Amino acid sequence: MADAHTDHSGASHGSVGSYLTGFVISVLLTVAAFGVVMAHSFSPSGTIAAIAILAAVQIVVHLVFFLHMNTSSEQRWNVMAFVFTVLTVFVLIVGTLFIMHDTSINMMSR
Amino acid sequence: MLGKLSWSDIPIDVPILVGTFAGAAIAGLAVLGLITYYGKWGYLWKEWLTSVDHKRLGVMYIVLALVALFRGFADAIMMRSQLALAYAGNPGYLPPHHYDQIFSAHGTIMIFFMAMAFMTGLMNVIVPLQIGARDVAFPFLNSLSFWMTTISFVLINISLFIGEFSQCGWLAYPPLSEQQFSPGVGVDYYIWAVQLSGVGTLLTGVNFFTTIVKMRAPGMTFMKMPVFTWTIFCTSVLIMLSFPILTVALGLLGLDRYLGMHFFTNDGGGNQMLYLSVIWGWGHPEVYILVLPAFGAFSEITQTFSRKPLFGYNTMVYATCSIMVLSMLVWLHHFFTMGAGANVNAFFGIMTMIIAIPTGVKIFNWLFTMYKGRVEFHATMYWVIGFMITFTIGGMTGVMLAIPAADFVLHNSLFVIAHFHNVIIGGVYFGYVAAMNFWFPKAFGFKLNEAWGKRAFWLWFVGFYFAFMPLYVLGFEGMTRRMNHYDNPEWYPWLLVAEAGAVMIALGIVCQLTQLYVSIRDRNLAENRDLTGDPWNARTLEWSTSSPPPFYNFAVVPVVHDLDAFAHDKEAGIDTRAAGSNYQPIHMPKNTAAGFFVGMFSLILGFAAVWWIWWLAAVGLIGVIATVIARSSNNDVDYYVPASEVARIENEHTRNLLAAQAAE
Repeated sequence: MADAHTDHSGASHGSVGSYLTGFVISVLLTVAAFGVVMAHSFSPSGTIAAIAILAAVQIVVHLVFFLHMNTSSEQRWNVMAFVFTVLTVFVLIVGTLFIMHDTSINMMSR
Repeated sequence: MLGKLSWSDIPIDVPILVGTFAGAAIAGLAVLGLITYYGKWGYLWKEWLTSVDHKRLGVMYIVLALVALFRGFADAIMMRSQLALAYAGNPGYLPPHHYDQIFSAHGTIMIFFMAMAFMTGLMNVIVPLQIGARDVAFPFLNSLSFWMTTISFVLINISLFIGEFSQCGWLAYPPLSEQQFSPGVGVDYYIWAVQLSGVGTLLTGVNFFTTIVKMRAPGMTFMKMPVFTWTIFCTSVLIMLSFPILTVALGLLGLDRYLGMHFFTNDGGGNQMLYLSVIWGWGHPEVYILVLPAFGAFSEITQTFSRKPLFGYNTMVYATCSIMVLSMLVWLHHFFTMGAGANVNAFFGIMTMIIAIPTGVKIFNWLFTMYKGRVEFHATMYWVIGFMITFTIGGMTGVMLAIPAADFVLHNSLFVIAHFHNVIIGGVYFGYVAAMNFWFPKAFGFKLNEAWGKRAFWLWFVGFYFAFMPLYVLGFEGMTRRMNHYDNPEWYPWLLVAEAGAVMIALGIVCQLTQLYVSIRDRNLAENRDLTGDPWNARTLEWSTSSPPPFYNFAVVPVVHDLDAFAHDKEAGIDTRAAGSNYQPIHMPKNTAAGFFVGMFSLILGFAAVWWIWWLAAVGLIGVIATVIARSSNNDVDYYVPASEVARIENEHTRNLLAAQAAE
């Protein structure tokens, strides 16, 4: 029905405080990612790993503070859909790395 | 001013294209003339083109699919005719650059605009009715999806007469599809058409997922949902997961072509093998996106015409869900020969073979549904049984291809072509045609002619075997796909047989068109008219309302007590319609032209971007954004149907029902 998408079934929409918390954490994580790269404090592969981890944490911060994902019952479908998405993204990324790494070694293309 | 576009891009020196253009122009003018003559422009605009009614959008999708089938099949029979001629000294009638465009267009059109549009049309017509909803969750997005799909098909057809189409096959593998090797606009037409239609498909996935999760009738738990709805649910999930991958793959290819980047080039650190991995990450789920709804349709049809409930509903649901998950885990089997080692090939080979298990479960469920049932050999049932035989053969050749060692022999040969036509024609196409025959009376209120339906089936069925079994043989004999000319005398007779099969399929399509014509001509005969809304004594909710359903679908939202809700109500003597009750006003969405305009501006954007006419592309993009803003700030998007109007429509249907019962 036309009004179904305006009916928010009581899910939380956050407050100024939660948006500010999310914003501050996001800024810190972004600064940290730039810092890791600019300070050259890790080896190149260590740097890549560090910014990948910071990016993943950043995603979770956005989901919790900006998209209001939590474990309440109204959010169950969102959480389920999200978990399935994470699983699929995991399969695709890990699968692609698996395939491309194996191919590169096998074909001596790298 | 006009970017790359100049007069030399209009192919007036190719007689086939000039003839096609003349034919299309005459047919198009005739249609426009007839609409003007009968003064139907206002009706067409108000009731169809701007409609947000899921049933009307569904019908328009299927009309689009049939037009695409015609175009795609014209390409197919041209290829078969070329190969029946182009033996030894005879070069045939299609030069290689034209032949390459034809096989690329055939694949692209058949998958994106025939199969996808047909599937989306079926789910539009049926799903909201089957779950007892009055429309989809986002009616405007539904209209927008339709127009994005339609204008993409228009864009592909423009490439026929202005410029050229891609010569790189239906998935445009780099490095051939890079600027360096394909400097023309063909690949750009491909990229823009597929990207724009991808927007529509993704929105459809979101729309139907939300509809099925949020808008089921009270009492319809997930395990009381009809199997067709289940398959659409899984298909929607797969669309949401896989279409973004396609968008990224083609987006990166577009960046390579437009901005000189090096994602998939030979030089500059590019890796074309990554494109294969990414695009098949979409491509394999895509074939299940297409075939799952066909499985759903077969389930509904088999149980209805076997006069008993579906055998193994639970296993059918679990099989559908397993296929949904497994389909994301097999994409490498499309490029076993790319050079990955034994570990990778073994993993994906085994995953591929595992998919045969849930699919086999489904085949046995349908067989056991028919076993000891009172099977009525209706024309619809012919397609179902034809499917079971053909699809099983296609599935077995698929398992053969899933063996990496065998794939190294068969890869890129006509065996592969025979295999996927075996499953796509035998599974997807037979399924959609069966579904069209089955649900046609629901959408229009009269049945399709059975005699012509059976003729169409036999020609398609026999024609399929004549057209594609020789390709298996040719694959074993070493004939590669996408070949324009050959001089091996052993291949020649097989290709003549395949040509004969293609002609039979052409006659099958003629029979289908005749079936539509005869059915429309005889629609008012008493035996064709469906006054009850339930012509097949079927089991699910869509048959409880009138045929065609009122625009609000259900005057009173039905309450679901059991699986196969309508069958339960008929046995328990419950009136699912709750006729004569105290009707309430019904909240409905208003029609809107916004979807149409977003589509038209997107067409301008796509065409301008193909030809590098940047000012025009800006006009298109600004038009899209402005239309979306205008639509979003419009609060006048819904209205209430007064209770008296609902009562008038419902009482008329009740009178029809009583008259039909009295006539029996």
